[in-house]
Amino acid sequence: MKIAVQRQDFDAGAEMRAVARDPKVGAVASFVGVVREVPMALEHYAGMTEREIGKIVEQAKSRWRVLDCTVIHRYGELKPTEQIVLVVVASAHRGDAFAACEFIMDYLKTRAPFWKKEQTPGGARWVEARASDDMAAERWSEFTEPRRFG
Amino acid sequence: MKVKLLFFASLREQLGTGGEELELPAGVTTLAGIREHLTKRGGSYEKAFSGKALLRMAVNQEMAQPAAPIKAGDEVAFFPPVTGG
Repeated sequence: MKIAVQRQDFDAGAEMRAVARDPKVGAVASFVGVVREVPMALEHYAGMTEREIGKIVEQAKSRWRVLDCTVIHRYGELKPTEQIVLVVVASAHRGDAFAACEFIMDYLKTRAPFWKKEQTPGGARWVEARASDDMAAERWSEFTEPRRFG
Repeated sequence: MKVKLLFFASLREQLGTGGEELELPAGVTTLAGIREHLTKRGGSYEKAFSGKALLRMAVNQEMAQPAAPIKAGDEVAFFPPVTGG
């Protein structure tokens, strides 16, 4: 398991290969979030961020068969097309890898203490939290049977 | 009893500071109590911490509810809903 909160960019391909070294791994699912259209600055709560992501990863491991997992989230100044976040999950089969990857991303959006400030042509503005992100996280509530296939 | 307060993002800008050491008045023993105490300062603090403001709170880097008890030396953070990912 690897969790990193950093300024510098990451190599998604290298991170995906790194979790696939175990011969038990049959599936690697990944997600990369990218800055869209507007330059931004990302602020975070150092210390708590790593702990929150760690808790989210532990929850994912308790719900799906996860062999390895990497989460990297950047902070600081980021321009359009730059990578922001990476989630990589390795499992024996694709069902667990897909579901755990999506779960980690949905929870990260609503729980990890990051804040985006966009530099729009009209000036800087803090991005507001979206109800759709809360709903995306909500659908993984304990009462929902996790998806399993493959 | 002294605690360390931290403010993030739009809240930090609104208050013009990222945090402070705060000596709590007697009787303030919960997160909600600290929020109420800060509201009473008036001005930008009243606007930022009044009941209408949508704020998240953490104690010692764990998300916490208003009723959470506070003890000396705690790190208490206030921030707007998160927007990472």
